[in-house]
Amino acid sequence: MDFATLFFLSSGLFLGWSLGANDAANVFGTAVGSRMIRFSTAAVICSVFVIMGAVMSGSGAAHTLGKLGAIDALGGAFMAAFAAALSVYLMTKAGLPVSTTQAIVGAIVGWNLFTATSTDPATLSTILGTWVICPILAAIIAMLLYKGTSWFLRKMNFHMIRLDAYTRAALILAGAFGAYSLGANNIGNVMGVFVPSSPFKDLSIMGMADFTSVEQLFLLGGLAIAAGVITYSERVMLTVGGGMLPLSPVGAWVVVMAHSIVLFLFASRGLQALLLSYDLATIPLVPVSSSQAVVGAVLGIGLLQGGRGIRWRIVGSVSLGWVVTPLVAGLVCYIGLFFLQNVFGQEVYQ
Amino acid sequence: MVLPKTVSIFRRTRVLEGEIDEFMDNLAQSALAFKRAISIFLAEGRSAEFDEKLAQVNDLESRSDDLRRGIERQLYAQTLIPESRGDVLGLLENLDSVLNNFEGALWGFSIENPDIPEQYHEDYRSLAEQVTAAVEALVLASRAFFRNVEMVSDHMHKVIFYEKEADKVSTKLKRQIFESDIDLARKLHLRHFVELIDNIADRSEDVADRLAIYAIKRRF
Repeated sequence: MDFATLFFLSSGLFLGWSLGANDAANVFGTAVGSRMIRFSTAAVICSVFVIMGAVMSGSGAAHTLGKLGAIDALGGAFMAAFAAALSVYLMTKAGLPVSTTQAIVGAIVGWNLFTATSTDPATLSTILGTWVICPILAAIIAMLLYKGTSWFLRKMNFHMIRLDAYTRAALILAGAFGAYSLGANNIGNVMGVFVPSSPFKDLSIMGMADFTSVEQLFLLGGLAIAAGVITYSERVMLTVGGGMLPLSPVGAWVVVMAHSIVLFLFASRGLQALLLSYDLATIPLVPVSSSQAVVGAVLGIGLLQGGRGIRWRIVGSVSLGWVVTPLVAGLVCYIGLFFLQNVFGQEVYQ
Repeated sequence: MVLPKTVSIFRRTRVLEGEIDEFMDNLAQSALAFKRAISIFLAEGRSAEFDEKLAQVNDLESRSDDLRRGIERQLYAQTLIPESRGDVLGLLENLDSVLNNFEGALWGFSIENPDIPEQYHEDYRSLAEQVTAAVEALVLASRAFFRNVEMVSDHMHKVIFYEKEADKVSTKLKRQIFESDIDLARKLHLRHFVELIDNIADRSEDVADRLAIYAIKRRF
């Protein structure tokens, strides 16, 4: 791979790194923040399962992003990922809630506008619809899980110390599942734009297994996410764990599970095939925002407890994020593409 | 790498659970030994059997101190139950203070050897029984705090009930003592022992009040 290719990929790796630094907190934040799990344990589990999820089931959600805008030149892909990463960085700096998913979708639409490629309205409306459904679904799943778990725990009457040990184990398992789902669902955000212009070649490992160029790309993205988790997520985790709504460790487990189930539902090709085989309505495979899934789940538990202590300001900022993030990313991408093409003379589309 | 650690967490958990249970057992046994010791003292004075009960409460107290220190050390060293270990620590220390009160009261009987007139024996015995019942209910409430937090209030109201009963007996007894024609120094000495026993019920009620707050915090 030449230097230029590596340079172009770097924006995707930057986006992956910031996703790892921020979104790993959704998976392990409450567990690490409340000191139920050590950061080192969380970081190792999170990294391994994010990479597994990205490589093994990342293609479904990435495919939908590809349909939104098939960015066919490496330069264009670089700028889309860079615009998304920059928006995430700028909005985080400004203290606004931000989602890499919404940023990359905005950036892709920005590329479409710049290159006068038509944006598929069906795909766009599916994606936008999912963003609204995602937190609502997370809230409903969290409510059901919370009810079920409370009932189960009342039945079992575990000793406080034993419940603590079981909760730790459950948080580790839920975190692993969450990291896998995060990798599967969100790798599309990080590497999806590079798929049509992937610089990798398909490999055959001793004629036994195929390692496709997309899988290689996703492995690289997964490694970038893992790097973000290991180098930078501890601070975010401690902030999330200490600053979020007061949740018991069991409540924290419910939130992580609801988040992970939602991300998994929107990423699983296996589930889609299963639903199809029974002629049932399928769930669209779309990258969704893990932060919004978490907020939805926390709200669900809040509503179940009678709505006290819900911070409606957060609900407001989440709604604002849906609008502002894609707009900022789209704008940055559009302007960036202009400079990349006209000032630096790079090919941004074919 | 994760599996053996998880398994060892469950093993440590069982040991710690056992230690907390043993701590509760010790407090309940001290209450029973105390009741028996008062009964023996009223019947035979400071006899060998009384000294044996005192020694038993002494042993239970020092064993409980060791247990409490061990439990607290484990909770903090292994960062177990991070959200409620402060409450658990407070509960164990408060329960331990009830145990200390039992021991202190029996030492008082042993050292000062009060001469209690026959007509007050029944009330002293009754006072010791109410106090014991209050502590037994407190132990049940504390066990429920660890296993079934919803049940804490079922035992709490008994602690309050027996504390009130103990207060009634102690007031009646003190009034009778001061209305009698024994000399003032003896009256004061007898009152001191009424309060020494009654204070244990008061202390139990204080601990129960704290426990009620811990229980509210633990509901999820």
